[in-house]
Amino acid sequence: MHTMLVLPILIPLLTAALSLLLQARPAWRVWLGVGGAAVHLASGVALLVLIWTHGVQATQVGNWPAPFGITLVADLFSALMVLIATLMGFVVALYSLGDIGIRRQRFGYFALLQILLMGVCGSFLTGDLFNLFVWFEVMLITSFVLLALGGERAQMEGALKYVTLNLFSSAVFLSGVGILYGSVSALNMADLAQKLPVLAESHPHLVLAVSSMFLLSFGIKAGVFPLFFWLPASYHTPPPAVSAIFAGLLTKVGVYALLRVFTLVFPLSPTMYGLILAVAALTMVTGVFGAVTQMEMRRILSFHIISQIGYMVMGLGLLCTPDPAIRRLALAAAVFYIIHHIIVKTNLFLVSGTVRALRGTDDLKPLGGLAVALPWLAVLFLIPAFSLAGVPPLSGFWAKLAVLQAGLQAEAYWAVFAALFAGLLTLLSMVKIWNEAFWKVAPERTTDSVPHLPPSRRRLTLLVVPSILLAALTLFIGVYPQGLFRLAERAAEQMLNPTEYITAVGVPPYRPHLIDAPPADPAAYAVPETSP
Amino acid sequence: MFILLAVVVGGLYALGLYLLLARSIVQLIFGLVLLSHAANLLIFTAGVPVRGNPPLIREGELLPPEGFADPVPQALVLTAIVISFAVTAFAAVLVKRVYQAVGTDDSDEMTLTER
Repeated sequence: MHTMLVLPILIPLLTAALSLLLQARPAWRVWLGVGGAAVHLASGVALLVLIWTHGVQATQVGNWPAPFGITLVADLFSALMVLIATLMGFVVALYSLGDIGIRRQRFGYFALLQILLMGVCGSFLTGDLFNLFVWFEVMLITSFVLLALGGERAQMEGALKYVTLNLFSSAVFLSGVGILYGSVSALNMADLAQKLPVLAESHPHLVLAVSSMFLLSFGIKAGVFPLFFWLPASYHTPPPAVSAIFAGLLTKVGVYALLRVFTLVFPLSPTMYGLILAVAALTMVTGVFGAVTQMEMRRILSFHIISQIGYMVMGLGLLCTPDPAIRRLALAAAVFYIIHHIIVKTNLFLVSGTVRALRGTDDLKPLGGLAVALPWLAVLFLIPAFSLAGVPPLSGFWAKLAVLQAGLQAEAYWAVFAALFAGLLTLLSMVKIWNEAFWKVAPERTTDSVPHLPPSRRRLTLLVVPSILLAALTLFIGVYPQGLFRLAERAAEQMLNPTEYITAVGVPPYRPHLIDAPPADPAAYAVPETSP
Repeated sequence: MFILLAVVVGGLYALGLYLLLARSIVQLIFGLVLLSHAANLLIFTAGVPVRGNPPLIREGELLPPEGFADPVPQALVLTAIVISFAVTAFAAVLVKRVYQAVGTDDSDEMTLTER
């Protein structure tokens, strides 16, 4: 039993429990929230180091052997995602000190944030589809509460749409899990990875149907075309710290599930990967069109999440080519893109929150002149904004370059064209925010506008320091992309050759009598060789 | 039994989806409830409900007696029921709060966030 695998789930649970106990001491709760997030971050770093040096690790909760018990397993991709989630948890907890009012804190804001992180880390670490559902629910229920906490009218409307679509997606996911269990009597992902290729031979339509259900469910959670409408309706309504952690992490959990399930569990046909590629291209283009029409910072940024999800899913769709080198490049590009995007998007929401704290609004029309009044804020905005748009030498440039390179090598020229077109429009809408909020002369304040108190110096520091940290990280990845790219490449290798994952989980070799109609070819019973 | 359950599951899905598409947010909640029930019943049905011995191991033996019922679907459904119950309770409260904040239960009038 590897303690390191349990810690990223246990630490936020303990922090949240302690935080709920300290009801009477609000000051302690605040520092517990930040301190717990710091310890969580340390556990994330330790997990990544462990996986990098020792390969895939797995642990069985309660010591039940593999396919029967609850498995926690971390390969490099999981470890990277856990690390980035803990980092975002720490940064947003810090930002919340300045952003979240005392009323929301009294309703247990910090405890909810910790449980959200627990759900996210649990989803990344679980090795079992039903537990993935449970972790999704842990994450969703806390996100519902975080979204609705405060009870403003816009929040309530946003929450209703968010809750409805996410519950629908959960029901679809659960149905898929049920059918899968009914057909192969297995839910452990490593076990399924051995059994499903056999089932796909005898019952191809059953596997196609179940994989489509998973595609639908994870697609809603990731916010891909045409399932994204809940996202721009809700993400701009809660306080900036909450939308920042949502924007950074929650959709990416959907992308993680897509990548995990469609590389490890389901043997997809090139046609299905082609469908995913088409969905990715449409996601990129429709998302960015939405962003161009909006006039409020956080609404523009919400639509951008959708368009950027397209790039990550494109990495998965490019697995339609048979060439192993291109497949590895495509997956590595997707992993790199996810990491880059979580950092950059969270930062953009944090900066828009700072603008809101300083000026009282994030609508672009009444804003203006920020570049002259607050040049440091302009720089803080420019770094993530240009990185998102893919301007060299920032992290987004390398992420886009890798995706495009994989697309060109796989000869998916129309997807590459969609990506370039979406990139251009992304730059356009970033320039729009820049022009309206930072560059143009500030409009005269009308008499009926609400007077706004600027934040205190201490509060402003708490708002700005997280953005500086994330901007520095973006610059660092931009200047030295090789390190992260090597990590992403090894993660992609592990995902494409699941033998190491399956051995680490330790499921027994497949016993074909559990399936009613085994194929005649005994070679099919063997653990699948490294996929082409 | 199997056919009956299959028909019930299909009916629940159809009714749930129909209610989800309704304009009233109260009907929407009922739609979600029916959908989660449908999913739970689907797991139960897919787990092949057969009459069998309880999956308990007698003292001194290593395996349960032959022909035992599969306990995993029950465990899955139990977990899923608890989760869906919690989520439904939350959604019911949310609908009440939405009604108070917006002043209507017609989802077509909730356009504040989508201009």
